[in-house]
Amino acid sequence: MISLHSDVLVIGGGNAALCAALTARQAGAAVTVLEHAPRACRGGNSRHTRNFRCAHDAPTDVLTDAYPEEEFLADLNRVTKGEGDPVLSRLLITRSTGCPAWMKQFGARFQSSLRGTLHLGRTNVFFLGGGKALMNTYYAAAERAGVRVEYDAEVIGLDIADGKFQSAQVRMGDRTQTVTAKAVVIAAGGYEANIEWLREAWGDAADNFIIRGTPFNTGTLLRLMLDAGAEPIGDPTQCHAVAVDARAPRFDGGIVTRLDSLPFGVVVNKLGERFYDEGEDAWPKRYAIWGRLVAAQPGQIAFSVVDAKVTGSFMPSVFPPVVAGTVRELAAKLELPAETLEATVTAFNQAVRPGTFDRATLDDCQTEGLTPPKSHWAQRIDTPPFWGYPLRPGITFTYLGLKVDDAARVVMADGRMAANIYAAGEIMAGNILRQGYVAGIGMTIGTVFGRIAGEGASHYAGG
Amino acid sequence: MPEASVLDRGEFVMTVCNSCRYCEQYCPVFPAMERRTSFAAGDLAYLANLCHNCGECLYACQYAPPHEFGINVPKTLAEIRVRSYESYCWPGALGAAFSHHSVSTALGLVAVFAAVLMGAGWVAHGGDLWRATAGDFYSVVPHDVMVGLFGSVGAFVLLAFGVGLRRFWQEVHSDSVPPSPTAARRALGDLLTMRHLHTTGVDCTSGVETRRPWRRWFHHCTFYGFMLCFASTSVAAIYDGVFGWIAPYGYASLPVVLGTVGGLGLLVGPVGLLAVRRKRDPELGDAEQTGMDESFIVLLLVTSATGIALLLLRNQPAMGTLLMVHLGAVLALFVTLPYGKFVHGLYRTAALLKYASESEAEERR
Repeated sequence: MISLHSDVLVIGGGNAALCAALTARQAGAAVTVLEHAPRACRGGNSRHTRNFRCAHDAPTDVLTDAYPEEEFLADLNRVTKGEGDPVLSRLLITRSTGCPAWMKQFGARFQSSLRGTLHLGRTNVFFLGGGKALMNTYYAAAERAGVRVEYDAEVIGLDIADGKFQSAQVRMGDRTQTVTAKAVVIAAGGYEANIEWLREAWGDAADNFIIRGTPFNTGTLLRLMLDAGAEPIGDPTQCHAVAVDARAPRFDGGIVTRLDSLPFGVVVNKLGERFYDEGEDAWPKRYAIWGRLVAAQPGQIAFSVVDAKVTGSFMPSVFPPVVAGTVRELAAKLELPAETLEATVTAFNQAVRPGTFDRATLDDCQTEGLTPPKSHWAQRIDTPPFWGYPLRPGITFTYLGLKVDDAARVVMADGRMAANIYAAGEIMAGNILRQGYVAGIGMTIGTVFGRIAGEGASHYAGG
Repeated sequence: MPEASVLDRGEFVMTVCNSCRYCEQYCPVFPAMERRTSFAAGDLAYLANLCHNCGECLYACQYAPPHEFGINVPKTLAEIRVRSYESYCWPGALGAAFSHHSVSTALGLVAVFAAVLMGAGWVAHGGDLWRATAGDFYSVVPHDVMVGLFGSVGAFVLLAFGVGLRRFWQEVHSDSVPPSPTAARRALGDLLTMRHLHTTGVDCTSGVETRRPWRRWFHHCTFYGFMLCFASTSVAAIYDGVFGWIAPYGYASLPVVLGTVGGLGLLVGPVGLLAVRRKRDPELGDAEQTGMDESFIVLLLVTSATGIALLLLRNQPAMGTLLMVHLGAVLALFVTLPYGKFVHGLYRTAALLKYASESEAEERR
């Protein structure tokens, strides 16, 4: 067995890990990064991201107008229902402001102004080329700075004594190495790619989940830390899940498997029946409830059905729609009971009240006397061709994580602080995000707490 | 038409890109793609010729190999690009040439043309060919022969360019409104600066996070070198045809100065381009086009090298031989222009014009 030592060991290879590594290296520490994935797949779920949320008081080169801290906090509290740690939430938002400038010193590049899809140029900074481009930039900066990066390096054990990290057992190829360090930053993501673990909360339904991100987020580090006596935080039965195209790859489908057709037609389960108000609220706000809704349906599958009137109203998706000239034919192609689907569409069409369709607002097109109702964008489904898309729950991330303090230090179950163990990124996002999601906050958490963890770990290692 | 599998691949790649759009600020390919919801052969030919192959989008792509989608936009568009050259080319039968180029066939063509010219010279002059009058090219190849030969080859080349461009334009620009002067100015600016090769403020990539200015600068040397040589020939033609001033011209005359500066550009540029190609990540292009790319670069290089040698040695006894080799190179370059890498400039220009036109229409809305 070979031994390897550094001042600061960073476990993980995504945004939070790289921010911690770069910060610690700048502070003078000898840093080793252990990335479970091979080089070509490095970067965890950050490679699928696009932007991060950033408070600012005046327009900048990459953000329009102002996004005051108070507004950011209000947006965050709205989705988490105020359950997040108030100190850490405030710290996150305050420290988000300086992030673009910090990132630029490593060569990070941003979109200049937004012409894109989400219209978030005021609240979110968009990475030029997306998260993978940013990860490439960080890895190149880390290599230039002399950070040691080990790919295909899977941590399989931690030696923690009395809240103090001693070493990690790392599988590299067919060898196992012991890696020692004065301090460790754990930034190894969540456990959404660990189907066995998901089954604990979701039962057999988990077998039908699609994992939108990296297959390397198996939660090994979270499990090791909890077993070593770390305090958990966040609801183990919750995860962020959206409805994705059922034909998506099992892992790493990322952004392109999302489907935006749902609010423009009806959504039925495999019995051919509707089960939720498709027009409840503006789509971005309701985007993330559909994963759980589909997960609750028999066989964890559902189908979005639209007609020719609205096919230009939503972002194209990567898989072609199933197209048919009649609802009955569509039912046959989607393998749905034809009579029920026809009855569902007929009942829906009869319940649609006249209105003026406007996809950009909460329009007045709604149903009357229908259960469940459709509150907006309800138009008769009567114009062929009819399009259908199969849907599955697509898991983005999990909420269960490690409790940390405002220095990103891990809190142990007995209430004491771990001496030299820091956590950043998705593995501690539950401190702030107990439920819901606001676009881009995952990367903000990773960047801010990655930097804080890197500062803390390098300070500890140097002291 | 390009073969179906390449187009199918292109359609899939563009569909993935269009539902992702993370790359939308790298270059015009992505905004142009976003204006479309389907990707027929003409759309793909347009997008492919709009791509400057800067390479950024390969490294940024979360769906690049080893992802099962295997998205490689620069390579896929390169494959579609060469097939668009083949399908718009006139006469169509010569479209097969694009995939058969190599440096040796290019050099072979130079040798054949030079040999034929020398043979003709031998018949006309006998041994006097090797003792030609100092600096007097027309004593070796008579004025009328030179004008007739290159005039007819030039006319044919222009015709081939015209037909190809027309075929391309008909497929990509289906609406009847011609581009406005503003759009034309914008496209010309894009062409002359090649700004889309460095849209993001830095230079194109040769590897992950490796951005270098050299490819752009060497291309500029080549492009402007070629244009200066073209200008030199045009001025000389005016001197000859309008004023009746017969070559050779003095070292300080306009044709010689333009030709010398242009020729130097055409030495530095191609040598540099050949060098940067070797350092570039092969994944960024279609390896099967190496022959087409390098044979064109080598022909430019041989033409400029023999041209400059001719200028330096025009009063030496070797002038006759050198002239034949140089003319052989020019002839080989000319006859392959419509059937080789040169046409990328034509279709790129047309694609930029289409893009400027499309953008203008969008801005008006």
